[in-house]
Amino acid sequence: MSDIFGRIGFLQEGPFAIPRWEAVFSNIDLLWQGALVTLTVASLGLALALALGTVLGVMGASHWTGPRAFARGYVEFYQNTPLLIQVFMIFNALPMIISGLFIPVITIGILGVGMYHGAYISEVVRAGIQSIGRGQLEAAVSQGFTYVGAMRYIIIPQAMRIVLPPLTNQAVSLIKNTSVIAIIAGGDLMYAGDAFAGRFGHYGPTYVLVGLGYFLMCFPLAILARRLEDRTRVA
Amino acid sequence: MDAFMENPVAVMLSDPILWIGLWYGLLLTLQIAALSIVLSFAFGTVLGAMRYSGLPVVKHFAATYIEVVRNLPTLLLILTSYFVLGLPAMWAATIGLTIYTSAIIAEVIRGGLNSVPTGQWEAARSQGFSFLQSMRHIVLPPAVVKMIPPIVSQFVTVIKDSSFAMAIGAYELMFKGTILAATFWRPSQIITIYVVISIIYFTINFIISTIARSLQARLSVGRGSIGS
Repeated sequence: MSDIFGRIGFLQEGPFAIPRWEAVFSNIDLLWQGALVTLTVASLGLALALALGTVLGVMGASHWTGPRAFARGYVEFYQNTPLLIQVFMIFNALPMIISGLFIPVITIGILGVGMYHGAYISEVVRAGIQSIGRGQLEAAVSQGFTYVGAMRYIIIPQAMRIVLPPLTNQAVSLIKNTSVIAIIAGGDLMYAGDAFAGRFGHYGPTYVLVGLGYFLMCFPLAILARRLEDRTRVA
Repeated sequence: MDAFMENPVAVMLSDPILWIGLWYGLLLTLQIAALSIVLSFAFGTVLGAMRYSGLPVVKHFAATYIEVVRNLPTLLLILTSYFVLGLPAMWAATIGLTIYTSAIIAEVIRGGLNSVPTGQWEAARSQGFSFLQSMRHIVLPPAVVKMIPPIVSQFVTVIKDSSFAMAIGAYELMFKGTILAATFWRPSQIITIYVVISIIYFTINFIISTIARSLQARLSVGRGSIGS
């Protein structure tokens, strides 16, 4: 068997040679640690994005000019500039404004993806609220529901069905976008893979495993998003 | 006037070297983005049609490609193009972005085609239209209307994501700006450069997303709800 492999050239040398795979698998715990950092940044970043997105979405759907304009400006800025420059602003520029400020890279990642995807999520939330229609709220209140009760039993259950599929897609994008902190030595999966691959030149197998890691984190969510979409369409 | 000229930020901003540097960075950003969009549109159309076709092997190949690529970070695809495929930085960025964007465009195209009810196909075929005629006259017109706004807003994503090319040392706007910022030491100067880069990206992307939004509004109003 090994004789057969020995005759196959690309398994002996080249970017995907067997020794390279062995080297990567014997250092798999480096990638594992990176994956844990990615999961941490992604989950806390998602929490921040959801919180910001809900507040800004409600502001964007409101009738007050000030908050609505603020939400609009925030969304336009964050959606139209690269995440990378926002991260660099926090990484490079913020410690210059507040001297002596030290922000851990993981926090930079959380703030970066949280604020960036908060803008996208706020648009989803705003669209969800606006899709329900004012008449529903008025009807509920006229039937004796309180404002909170109407939101809780009438508006939010309907809005959730509309909002959940795009929210899940946002979570997928957020996980993928946490990889930008690799550029500022963030210690995440992308960085761990890149640092290991760069040391010995085992780029091929390392990137395959890094890709597999991201795929395993994102694909289940992508499937979930599609299920939710199908359910919304039927209902 | 003297006080103004002594201001380090004003001195920096009045130096043409800065603007020439950023201009070349912007040119490379636009070059990478434009090439990626053109290539992605070509590959994406093929992939989308393959997945829509229903031909067993063809369909599954396209579906696998799309599902795998959509769940990978663009940065990983750019790094892979550079280090594994060994392309020069500018091409690695272009190809990395193309691999990702063609999967997105394929889904937009499939979604557009799927939005036309099968009854329309059947009606067209029963009236003696050939496959191509039905496609050309019946299915594509409403489908394309659905495809245009998401494809235009994908341009924004491509321009933003081209900044990842910084990781492989392509001298696009983001990397060029960072290098220029490193030649100054005053916080005010460095922050100003970041702000200038942000404004440049913002202006381009804001124009494109405004166009996408007005297309969306106009196309959805123009078509009304007839037949849907």
